[in-house]
Order: sequence, then C-alpha cells, then structure tokens
Amino acid sequence: MSKIIDVTMPSLGADMTEGTLVEWQAKPGDTLNKGDIIALLETQKGMIDMEVYQQGVITELLLEPVVSVPVGTVMARMSVAGEAARPAAPEASYPVAQAAAIKSPPVTSDQSQQTVIPQPNRPRQGLLASPVVRKLAAEQQLDLSRLSGSGPEGAILLRDLPANGPEANAAGSPDPAQAMRSAIAAAMAKSKREIPHYYLSLEIDITRAQRWLADFNAERGPEERILLLALLLKAVARSLHKYPALNGYYQQQTFTPNSAIHIGNVISLREGGLVVPAIHDVDQLSVEEIMVRLRDMSERSRRGVLRSSELLDASITVSNMGERGSDLLFGVIYPPQVAIIGIGKPRKTMLIKDDQPELAEVVTVSLAADHRVSDGMTGARFLNALANKLQKPEKL
Amino acid sequence: MTYREALSAGIEAALNADPRTFLMGEDVGRYGGCYAVSKGLLDKYGETRIIDTPLCESGFVGVGIGAALGGMRPIVEIMTVNFSLLAMDQIVNTAATLRHMSGGQFNVPVVFRMACGAGKQLAAQHSHSWENLYAHIPGLKVISPGTHTDARFMLAQALADPDPVIIFEHVMLLNESGEVAGQAEAPMEKALVRRQGQDVSLIAYGGNLHKAQAAAGQLAAEGISAEVVDLRCLRPLDKATLLASVAKTHRAVIIDEGWHSGSLAGEISAIIMEEGFWYLDAPVKRVCSAEVPIPYPAHLEQAAIPQVETIVAMAKAVMEGR
Amino acid sequence: MSNKLHINRDHLLEQLKQMVRIRRFEEKCAELYSQQKIRGFLHLYIGEEAVAVGAMAALDEDDQVVATYREHGHALARGLAMGPVMAEMYGKTNGCSRGRGGSMHLFDNARHFYGGNAIVGGGLPLATGLAMANKQQQQSSIAVCFFGEGAVAEGEFHESLNLAALWQLPVLYICENNRYAMGTALQYSESEMNIAKKAASYGLQVAQVDGMNVVDVEAAVRKAVDAVRDNQQPYLLECLTYRFRGHSSFDGQLYRDKAEVSEWEKKGPVKRLVRWLTEYNHFETEEMDQIERQVEAEIAAAVAFAEAGEWEAVEDLCKDVYSPTPSGDAV
Repeated sequence: MSKIIDVTMPSLGADMTEGTLVEWQAKPGDTLNKGDIIALLETQKGMIDMEVYQQGVITELLLEPVVSVPVGTVMARMSVAGEAARPAAPEASYPVAQAAAIKSPPVTSDQSQQTVIPQPNRPRQGLLASPVVRKLAAEQQLDLSRLSGSGPEGAILLRDLPANGPEANAAGSPDPAQAMRSAIAAAMAKSKREIPHYYLSLEIDITRAQRWLADFNAERGPEERILLLALLLKAVARSLHKYPALNGYYQQQTFTPNSAIHIGNVISLREGGLVVPAIHDVDQLSVEEIMVRLRDMSERSRRGVLRSSELLDASITVSNMGERGSDLLFGVIYPPQVAIIGIGKPRKTMLIKDDQPELAEVVTVSLAADHRVSDGMTGARFLNALANKLQKPEKL
Repeated sequence: MTYREALSAGIEAALNADPRTFLMGEDVGRYGGCYAVSKGLLDKYGETRIIDTPLCESGFVGVGIGAALGGMRPIVEIMTVNFSLLAMDQIVNTAATLRHMSGGQFNVPVVFRMACGAGKQLAAQHSHSWENLYAHIPGLKVISPGTHTDARFMLAQALADPDPVIIFEHVMLLNESGEVAGQAEAPMEKALVRRQGQDVSLIAYGGNLHKAQAAAGQLAAEGISAEVVDLRCLRPLDKATLLASVAKTHRAVIIDEGWHSGSLAGEISAIIMEEGFWYLDAPVKRVCSAEVPIPYPAHLEQAAIPQVETIVAMAKAVMEGR
Repeated sequence: MSNKLHINRDHLLEQLKQMVRIRRFEEKCAELYSQQKIRGFLHLYIGEEAVAVGAMAALDEDDQVVATYREHGHALARGLAMGPVMAEMYGKTNGCSRGRGGSMHLFDNARHFYGGNAIVGGGLPLATGLAMANKQQQQSSIAVCFFGEGAVAEGEFHESLNLAALWQLPVLYICENNRYAMGTALQYSESEMNIAKKAASYGLQVAQVDGMNVVDVEAAVRKAVDAVRDNQQPYLLECLTYRFRGHSSFDGQLYRDKAEVSEWEKKGPVKRLVRWLTEYNHFETEEMDQIERQVEAEIAAAVAFAEAGEWEAVEDLCKDVYSPTPSGDAV
C-alpha cells in the first residue's frame, strides 16, 4: 500500500511568510529517506536545506526554480508507504498538570467591555454635558436645558447642539466669530421665543454715589480707582437678597432660586460678539474687591482666558454700556436666568426736590424679568430698593 | 522595500556617514542578526565596526555608554526589549543620568536599538512592550518608527542627537513592504498626523500605527472620519500636535501595546485631561493589552493585544459619548 | 565506560530508548513546526540527548530541575509524559503548562520541573535559591540547573556561582557546552574557554565530561550529585556536546560549515551507544527496531493527544495571573 503526499514550502520561523526555491536536490523517481535534503531554499536568514519528513519516492516536482512561494505552497509530491493515516486514539492516561483549581475572574479589563460605569449618586445639579459642550454653551450663552442629550444618561454632546449637528461637523471647524454670532442668535431667539419678558425702568439719582466715588478716588492712582459700575453691582447684589425671584434658574418648568448671588457682566469683544463672565458672591465682596474682579475679568475676556465657572454660574446678568451707551437699554434675558438689569449712561439733569429744581446726576436702570417667575410689582420693588441703597454709598 | 531592509539601509548609511559609528550586539555579525537586520554587514564593514558581543547585556550596554563617552558614536543593538531588562541599570542609572550628575560636563551620544512587541507566539518572556518603562526616564529619548521612511531615517536623527536615544522596532513590521521617501519626513521628536479626520483622534505609534490606520479605513466606510496621529517620539511627547488634533476632533482613542494599567496611553490620556479637557466631547479611551503575561496560543495572544476591530469598536463608543 | 559505575544491559537499553524518544520527538516537532502546528521559537535538542538522559538517571525524585528554552529533552527524560509535552507545543489546555507556555516554558510541579526559561542565564539564580531553601529547611534534595555555555557570559552565572560557594548551597550546575551561543562560537564570547576552570575560581568543585557519551555523563552526574548532597556545597559539571540543528528552527547556520556538523554527527550519542551495545552486549538490530516501533507509537499517541486537546476559551484570557485569594477566587 502506498499513498501520495504533498511536500510543501515549510514554515521555518514565526517570521517566515515565504521562501525561495533555489534548486531541487532530488528528482522524480529518487527515493528519499526521512531527513534527506530535497531542495535548497533561500530565506531572509540565508540558505537553508529543506528536508523531507517521510521516507518515499518523489513522484513529481511542481515548481521550477528560482521561485518564491508562500509557506504551505505544494512544491512536490511523494509516494510514501501506508494508507491514509487514521489518528491514533488519544491516550487518556496522562495525568493533568497539578495546579490549584482556580475560578477564573470575569474579564474586568475595561478595554474589551463597553459597559457604562454607573455615575455615583449625586444631586443632579443641572445637566450632564460634555466638557466641550459646557464650554461652548458658556461662551455662546446656550441654554442646555432646552436640549435633549443623546449621550450616556442623556448627556448633551456636541452633536446635540443646533449649530453642531452632523452637517456642521462635517464641514469642519466653523469660524469662531461666526460660531459665536450664531450661538448668540440661538440663545437670544430662544429667549424671546420662550420667556415672557416684562420691562420696567427707573431713573435713579446717583449724585451722592458719584460724590462718594470722587472723594474715594481722589487719593488713588488710576489703577486703584473705583468705577460707578462696581458700586452699582454691590447695590444690585445687596438688593437681591429680598427678591429671590429675580436670582436663579428656570429649567424644566421649574424655578430654582440661587442662594448665592453671581452676577454676569456683559463684555463686548473688540472683534464682535459678547462674553458674560460672572463675579461670584458679589454680596460678600467689598466695592474695592468688586472693582479688582471687574478689571481682571475684562482684561482676561479680551485675551480669551476665562474660567469655566465664570462662564457657567451667573444667576442674574447686568448689562452696562457705560459712557458711550444709550440713556436706556432693555436687555434680553439669558436663559435659564430669569432677569437682566440694564444700566443706561449716567447723565446730568434737573431733578425737582422739595419742589425745587436741583442739578443732579442720574442713571436709568431697567429690569427685564421672566413673567413665569415674578410679576411687575416684584420687579418695581426691587428697583426702588436698589435706588435707596444707592443713596447711602458709604454703606455699600 | 521591507521594514527590515529599511532598517538595514539606515545602519549602512550611518556606518558610511561617520567613522566613529559602529554596530555592537548579540549575533549582529556572524549570525546575521537575530531578525536578519544586519545580515551581510560583517563582510562589508569588518569586525571592528560590526561587533558580536557575548551574552552580557549589562556589560556590553555599559561598554557602549563608555564608548560614547569616549568619543565614539555607537549603535548598540539589544536583541529584544525583553533582554534590555538585564541592561536597564546601565541605561537608567548611567546613560540617562551622566549629563545631569556631571552638571552638564559629560553627555552620552549612544543609540540603543531593540526589537519589541508581541504577535509571533513567543510567549510570556519574549513579547514585551516596555516602551513606557523607558519613556518614564528623564535623560532618555525614546522613538518608535512606525513607517518605512522612519525606519530608514530615524537612526541618523538619533545618532545626531547628543544624548542617549532608544529606538523600538516592532517585530511584526519587519516583513512588511512599504514606500521609503528620499529623506526624513520631520524631526524625530515631532508627532505626525498620518490621516486627517474630523470626528475622533486615533493616537498610536510603532507596531500599532498600521492597526490604527486600518481602523480609520473601516470607520470611514461607516461615515466616521478618524484622524490618525503617529506619536513617533515617546519621550519627549509632542503635546502640541496631540492637543491640536483633540481640539479638532473632540474625541481620542489611544492605542498602545503596553498593559492597560500604567501604560504610556495612560500618560497621554492624562495630558489630554490636564491640557485639553475643554476640547472633549467624550471620555478619553485606551486600547491596550489585557492584564496578563502574553500567552503562547495564537488565539489568546491576539485576544490579549490591540486589534483593529477593538479600535473600531472603541472609536464608535466615543462617538456615542461612551 | 568509567567511574566504577555498574551499569547493566537493561539500563543501557533504557537509556538508549530515552535518547531515541527525545530524538524522534524533536524530529516530529520540526515537522509539526513546518506545518505550523507548533509556533513561536523552537529550539531542538538533537545531538545533546546524552546530557539530559544521563543526568536525569542520576537524580532523585525529590531533586529539583531548572532548564532552559531548549528543554524538551530534559522534560521527557525527567518523566513528563509525552502527550502533555506535545500538547504544550500546540498550546492546548491539556499541555503540561495548560498551553500558556509553549515550547520554551514546560513546567511540571509533580516532577519538580521548574520550567524552561527563555532568558539566557535566568535559571541560575532560581536554582541557587531553590538550593538555599533546601538547605534552610534541612531537606536532602538538591537543585540541578542546566544552561548553555552562552549563559556563562551573563552576570547571573558569576553572581550565582559566587553566592552558592559563599553560602555553601547544595546546587549542581550542569553546563551544556554545545560550542555556539546562537551564532556566536565560544572563542568569540569567552576569553577563558574552559568553563569548568572559570567556575573553579569561585571555589566550586568542578569536572568536565564528554557530553556525547550517555554513560560518562551519568557517571559524572552521579559523582557530582553525591558530592553536592553529602557535602552540601555547589558543584559545576561541564558537558562537552554539540547541537546538530540550528539554534532555532529558523537559522541559516551561516556561522559554521556543514563539514563540522557532519563530523560531530558521527560522534552522535545514539550512534555511539548503539556501537557500544553492539560491540559488547550482543545488541541486535531487532532490538533497535523494537525501540523505534515503541517510540513511534508513543509519538503518534502524543500527537493524537495534542490534536484532541482543547483550545482555551478567550473568556479565560486573564486566568492565572495571580494566585487565588483565601476565599478561593482568583484576583
């Protein structure tokens, strides 16, 4: 009995993928013993003798040297003794390697698993959103509460932002100024669409306040001088204590007053657009401290280095156009806040006091507030409280 | 040409360029190199420039450091990174520290080449990826050519450097054929964006670069635009290129054959957290090796190390913010 | 035949059979490697069988053995069953290291076989430490460490020998000097090529023996083992041998010529013992044929055992990284 077997290009190393047949060392009809050389091969490690692993007679050579073929390619055929081998029955008597039986752990390597790790329980302060979304939302005054997130646990991702859908992303990074403009557009449009504003204004006598400031600044260099805005902010903060309905957030049909008073200040950038960084806990700061924060913040705004907390935490906004502004401005509320205070430009006018005309300096302060949370009477009381506070600047 | 041929051409060019350069290591001469990289060089350059050493890693690596200190420009081949552990003291305690300890009086212009990586079923003592061990050490520079052009030209850049440089050559690349440019593509310490993309940055190097590129191809077919960043240099890391890519894509998957815990990928992830947090739209993810010494059987070995499909799955997960 | 060792015919036939087992097993491995059944690096012991077979015959069951990455012969001679050894080559779960180690990492706790080690010189400190534990625990077993002459260049060799002599540890170092460390001949790696002489300078008892003669090896190892056990001190035996194949399966052998290999093959340990038996012990061709048949059947069964073995489930990838905790769960 005999059978024909294939002689294939051997794999001689883990890094051998092919070999080159340089020459045959045997011809059809030759009888070869196990271990005899049938061919000379060239590999990247040099010339190697190719041996046969069985005794038999070469029946045919299938390749013409010199030729490179992949490992496993049939190169020749041999006739060998025996029939098609049946594998011997495995001996079952081998002892198994002795080792402590070990219950294998579940694979915890997180690289093969895509499970979402549950977030620790924490009070849901606001929304889940990715860092870049929070940053954009802050820069662009986006109200994330109006968006539904498509990420884990409803987290808001970049793709969930109106201007950052798949098509925007595909177009590459938009021009930042354009992005800011469209973000402002989105936030303001949403505000006017959804927030029922009511508007009030009050002309406030700031003669004493300006006099107090002049005295205070007389001894000081330009770097240490205090501007009217610092005093106004302090007065706003002190007045807000009694009017929590103006300081907080309206989200998911619910108003949550904010215990801390963080006032956002609108800063317009030279290249266009706005940022609204907040001064935290204004009620806890002295007027001098508020001034320091204001200087620092407007300088950093222009350089574009604001902290995320400054951009995210405002609970009410003040918009102050200063000397070059208008007599009166009504702001548009930044969602999810519920009020925005507008400061007109200070101007001299004649006031009638005790039926006598008197030259005075005034500023018109406006309030735009969310009618879902408060009513006009509340707003009016707040403005009057603010006016009263400004009559005693030394107490601020 | 193959990656092996590119490395060999780089060695020859270095030997031709500077008479102070020689190649020293185990079986680099008569045997022709464990991985056949230096085959034929002994006949061409002779025994003074292609030097077979005994099996004494600590010894000949130390000698290489001394020769560099003495004015030579040695290329020291350590057969594989696995054996470099025997020489680690010399590399870490001498080569990396001499310049500093001497107050800048001495420098060590030595280059160490070593094969690295898994994939050939060489089991638990022969399949290591210790890049992060060396990338941890101030005083060393660590590079990892993932392309044929880098395999060809990085050696010259390493030799031109006045300080010790380690070159990792992944064993799975040796037989791969590829194009070699006429010159180096960039300084050796610069990371390169190998493929532009908008949606996710795949950060890889060395033997896993082509896996990242293959994954990017598959992702493209599914409408995900992946950017592939080739680190090239593992110490110092080119943070600017990395962060610029993440700033653009907002998502990062780092591919590293080291074990997951304590991997170089972990360091890169930390850099992104520290300096690129506000760019992120999803957690930074790593595709690394499983926490197990590399097993011998092929299917377990492959399961233990990064794979194209794992990278694809991870990229898709970060697209979902997971 | 020397060293007053009384060796009878049956024992010689047994030694011959052991060497043939290894020879044929290694040839089968080369074949299976070419068919890609075995992967990784494969280092064959062909030509050196007399060392492992002679040495193992002289050891007690409780003695510990530490080997290298060229350790198939040692494993078989030590008594590891051929099936699990072959299954390990395949990487199957019924392998002696449950498939995790492959050719270079054969282990067997029951036979105190502390494995193949793929780091040159890596086994020497290990064996020295095993010997230290034996001494501290006042056990009579000794540690035996096999290594090639290439390892002599490693620091571990010098550090281990010094410690063993300094602390008088019961360890037997057996250097299998096959003249080539991969492709580097001894003359290119050692200034003093007499390894026994090198070891003597550390204060060890030493001897050299013809490693192609299984009887001489056994006699020399018996003598060495007695000295180590009785005197509780280290000993180095240098066996002069030769590998007929390349360093590993993928070796163009550019560093030596074929004539040299043929010359040594004539002195091969199997041929030599057969000649001896034929000359002095009425050895018949029939007896050789019988041995070959038995070995062939054993190898066929081992291959079948390996073929029938299971691949480990990928879910168990991270098994056996740490020992089980007292609660019984692995970490």
